[in-house]
Amino acid sequence: MAKILVVTSGKGGVGKTTTTAALGAALAQAGKSVAVVDFDVGLRNLDLVMGAERRVVYDLINVVNGDAKLNQALIRDKRLDKLHLLPASQTRDKDALTDEGVARVMEELRDKFDWVICDSPAGIERGATLAMRHADVAVVVTNPEVSSVRDSDRIIGLLDSKTLKAERGETMEKHLILTRYDPARAERGDMLKIEDVLEILSIPLLAIIPESTEVLRASNVGCPVTLNNPLCAPARAYTDAVRRLTGEAVPMSVPTDKKSFLDKLFTRRAA
Amino acid sequence: MSLLNMFNRRGSAPVARDRLQLILAHERAGVGGSDLVMVLREEILAVIAKHVEVERDKVQIRLDRGQDMSTLDIDIELPLTLANKVGGARAGDAKAGDTKTKTAKLAAA
Repeated sequence: MAKILVVTSGKGGVGKTTTTAALGAALAQAGKSVAVVDFDVGLRNLDLVMGAERRVVYDLINVVNGDAKLNQALIRDKRLDKLHLLPASQTRDKDALTDEGVARVMEELRDKFDWVICDSPAGIERGATLAMRHADVAVVVTNPEVSSVRDSDRIIGLLDSKTLKAERGETMEKHLILTRYDPARAERGDMLKIEDVLEILSIPLLAIIPESTEVLRASNVGCPVTLNNPLCAPARAYTDAVRRLTGEAVPMSVPTDKKSFLDKLFTRRAA
Repeated sequence: MSLLNMFNRRGSAPVARDRLQLILAHERAGVGGSDLVMVLREEILAVIAKHVEVERDKVQIRLDRGQDMSTLDIDIELPLTLANKVGGARAGDAKAGDTKTKTAKLAAA
């Protein structure tokens, strides 16, 4: 029986897809069987970030409509045996997803895997509410920036009202992942501090992902950051997040990359 | 690591550029609903379904979109009785209730 986790944010471009790929890969690296599901119908990108874009045959809508079986649409990662991707459709729009169809697919995924991670589209429309509908756990991805924090607050409201768990009167387990954090700028007073964001959103912190060129480098080559360079700061932050999700007590920190003299000399090199 | 990076100044951006060019070429060609590989997939399955009752979950399709050539790899499990008729397999080849796999491979530019 899988745990279904939704990665959501409200605002676009804050790192939902990066986070989905990184958490999925880190869970698979820890030996769990994982399916990552792209709910961004019409604008799929999880396949590209995971490097599987050339191998997409069927997608979520094909499975929802019964045109393909789930095991035909799932793409197994070439590097991690236990990691699978269910891509979104690139051509059809969000209305093609029916409530019953999505419910059926989610139940089937729940039977097959240890973890199912749903990558939500930006916004609060149908795609976003369907992505969170069946979740047991939510990860809210936020940048330390005013519009992102406000949109996250809106999404937390939806998680507490529009999900099956909320409708059953249960409490949705929610976690915050703060991305693109720059401790130096926060220290100078040019960026919202972790405590500020936590105080405003008042949900527990799962990880702080430092701003890093490694994130762009990983998406360039189509490899989750935890797999592309497991020792870099963002990868360590995501790996710690997964350990916390699976019940380990890991002290919170902002991982940093030690910069060597040569790195400092060549900080402007291409990502 | 940093020394290695210094010599590898080309970085990851050219990889990103190549991957985007390849996938966008395929997606642009697919606008209007005529991705050749997808059309072939459907038609091949339709032809086989005319002769054999194909169970959809006994069909595995793999695809690799390439620069000059894409490969479509269709794996269909045919029931034993039928495999005997078509492929001439000896009864000893397969256990009772077993199936024989037939693979069709084709390439499309």
